[in-house]
Amino acid sequence: MAKRLLKGGRVVDPANGRDGVFDVLMDGDRIARVGHDLTVDAGVTVVEIPSGLVVCPGLIDMHVHLREPGQEHKETVATGTAAAVAGGFTAVACMPNTSPVNDNAGVTEYILKKAAEANLARVYPIGAVSRGQAGEQLAEIGELHQAGCVAITDDGRPVATAMLMRRALEYAGMFSMPVIEHCEDQTLKGDGVAHEGFHASALGLRGIPGQAESIMALRDIALAELTAGVVHIAHMSARQTLDAVRWGKSRGARVTCEVTPHHFVLTDEMLRAPIAYDTNVKMNPPLREPADRDAMLAGLADGSVDVIATDHAPHHYDEKRVEFDHAGVISLSRLVELLSVNPARILRVPGGSLSEGASADISILAPDLHVTVSAAAMRSRSKNTPFDGWKLRGGVAATIVGGRTVYVNDEIGLSL
Amino acid sequence: MKKDLLGIGDLTRDEIYLILDTAEAMREIGQRPIKKVPTLRGKTVVNLFYEPSTRTRTSFEIAEKRLSADTLNIAVATSSVLKGETLVDTAMNIEAMAPDVIVLRHASSGACHVLSRICRSRVINAGDGMHEHPTQALLDAFTIREHKKRIDGLKVVIVGDLLHSRVLRSNVLLLTELGADVWVCGPSTLVPIGVERLGVRVSTSVEEAVKDADVIMMLRIQHERMQGAFIPSVREYFNTFGMTPARVSRAKPDVIIMHPGPMNRGVEIASEVADGPYSVILEQVANGVAVRMAVLYLLAGGVED
Repeated sequence: MAKRLLKGGRVVDPANGRDGVFDVLMDGDRIARVGHDLTVDAGVTVVEIPSGLVVCPGLIDMHVHLREPGQEHKETVATGTAAAVAGGFTAVACMPNTSPVNDNAGVTEYILKKAAEANLARVYPIGAVSRGQAGEQLAEIGELHQAGCVAITDDGRPVATAMLMRRALEYAGMFSMPVIEHCEDQTLKGDGVAHEGFHASALGLRGIPGQAESIMALRDIALAELTAGVVHIAHMSARQTLDAVRWGKSRGARVTCEVTPHHFVLTDEMLRAPIAYDTNVKMNPPLREPADRDAMLAGLADGSVDVIATDHAPHHYDEKRVEFDHAGVISLSRLVELLSVNPARILRVPGGSLSEGASADISILAPDLHVTVSAAAMRSRSKNTPFDGWKLRGGVAATIVGGRTVYVNDEIGLSL
Repeated sequence: MKKDLLGIGDLTRDEIYLILDTAEAMREIGQRPIKKVPTLRGKTVVNLFYEPSTRTRTSFEIAEKRLSADTLNIAVATSSVLKGETLVDTAMNIEAMAPDVIVLRHASSGACHVLSRICRSRVINAGDGMHEHPTQALLDAFTIREHKKRIDGLKVVIVGDLLHSRVLRSNVLLLTELGADVWVCGPSTLVPIGVERLGVRVSTSVEEAVKDADVIMMLRIQHERMQGAFIPSVREYFNTFGMTPARVSRAKPDVIIMHPGPMNRGVEIASEVADGPYSVILEQVANGVAVRMAVLYLLAGGVED
């Protein structure tokens, strides 16, 4: 691959303390130099980045379900990563609740083979904590690690018992892999389907209190303290859970957390309006009340939330941009931390910076682009979203993985 | 009126009164020697019941027949659900045969809303999960109005399993809309979170709740609630919340006792109360036919569809 120069964009690279107009020189699959007004030899392709666009380290979505193997009607590695790059993501980490479960090296290798064939976003498989995610016996975590898994989780359900979680944290700690936890006390959840509150009561839907989540988070934080393990709280929805994470962090516990766009944008009021019983707003964990949503926004701003992840629908970069950057809740630099720097750090994978010599995984964002979400136009094989028809500000101009342009937004038409 | 009757929330106060007034006329039809009018002749009504029901299904069917509609009962057995046909598919198939009205009873809250979005036919909610049972609330209001000549300003106390009750939700919406002072009473484990936001007073003391009540409405306690650890035992429930003559005596002398049925005698209500002079439980059943005739007429009886 030849040398290419991204000239004149606003570079936001918090890992290197950069936020300003810089040139970025790519040499093959690497970032060669970042600096002001770089002069280049003849033969280097110069790509002028219009002002208003942002060049940042590739976004990493650390919580997606690619559904392959086993549920290819919902999504495949190819369609999921196509959606990811269109959303500005250069890498995704995929959950193990496939069929069969990613609890052995064979499944991990299959996913990586499909990812190589698709050749779009990087794919980091996440292995199961327990065999078959049955919550009884540890999966062969060492082998999963060797095969390429970057973390373990029983996502879709919580790690069944405190003892199993303890062992998982101890064992995965040997490989410096975090245990990603889907926090949900199953007994407290019962057969609940929506956030326990006025709206669920009025609709006659069985409720799930926020404490079903926070109780499990508190258990896991305590166990992270007991062991050498690292716990990452997935798709946090309740303000009580965020309080638990803050408490854990204040004690120095090795705990990190993520929140999804739907949980910091939407609330359980959507259960009733505009459409009563719209199943597009049914999700697990459920959309919670405004106080929870506001707590998530506060957590994004004050640093207690580490990561924004999508939890499935990988075409939602645009949604993530709404409601806070322009509204002033967080800076663009903080956004890049949440979407790139921190996921790379937590999963211990490359990326998260535009350092010289680093892999050329780059997202070029268009913060002022007006975007209308269209379920029908999504590249994912699944077309269900609670954001259908929303008019948002902020989109993606192009996505570069390992120096290769894998997505260009025709509306902006960068000649990459 | 809207195309469908999914819940009391779909009705304005004027529409509620229109239904109640129309039901007065309909009741008169039921007192004739020939209990039939041609109002819905040529209209097809499908009673689609996914849950067992004797009272409500029979009541709808009699109402439909008195209005000369062609009626058809589909009791969807659990087995055909297990065969895999979804509610939507079943409804689409019925819809393809062009009925005018579908009366739906279903165990899932919101099932009627799903049907309403896909069907041209008018949909009447005959009970959806824990959500609403609007015709029950209308017949309750009709019965109360008959005895008290008004609803505004009455103290109405609803006692029992509030959490799982669709009768509760519909009644609260209707009675508060018409200006009643509504109290709800039950064990804390069976009180829906945030129910006070519907404009009701919540009490866990049945003695307090029934004091000076004009109307006491009992709700059924289902035996399976004991397994869910909602209440310790039937015995304790009856001791704490059961409607006994002593408790009724705290209410106004002309109090009426209501129950949507089926009753558990000795669980939520003592037989002396159920069969007592203040009980209007069988009147509720009788009025159910008139109220459902009114709803069917107002939804499907017009020239314009």
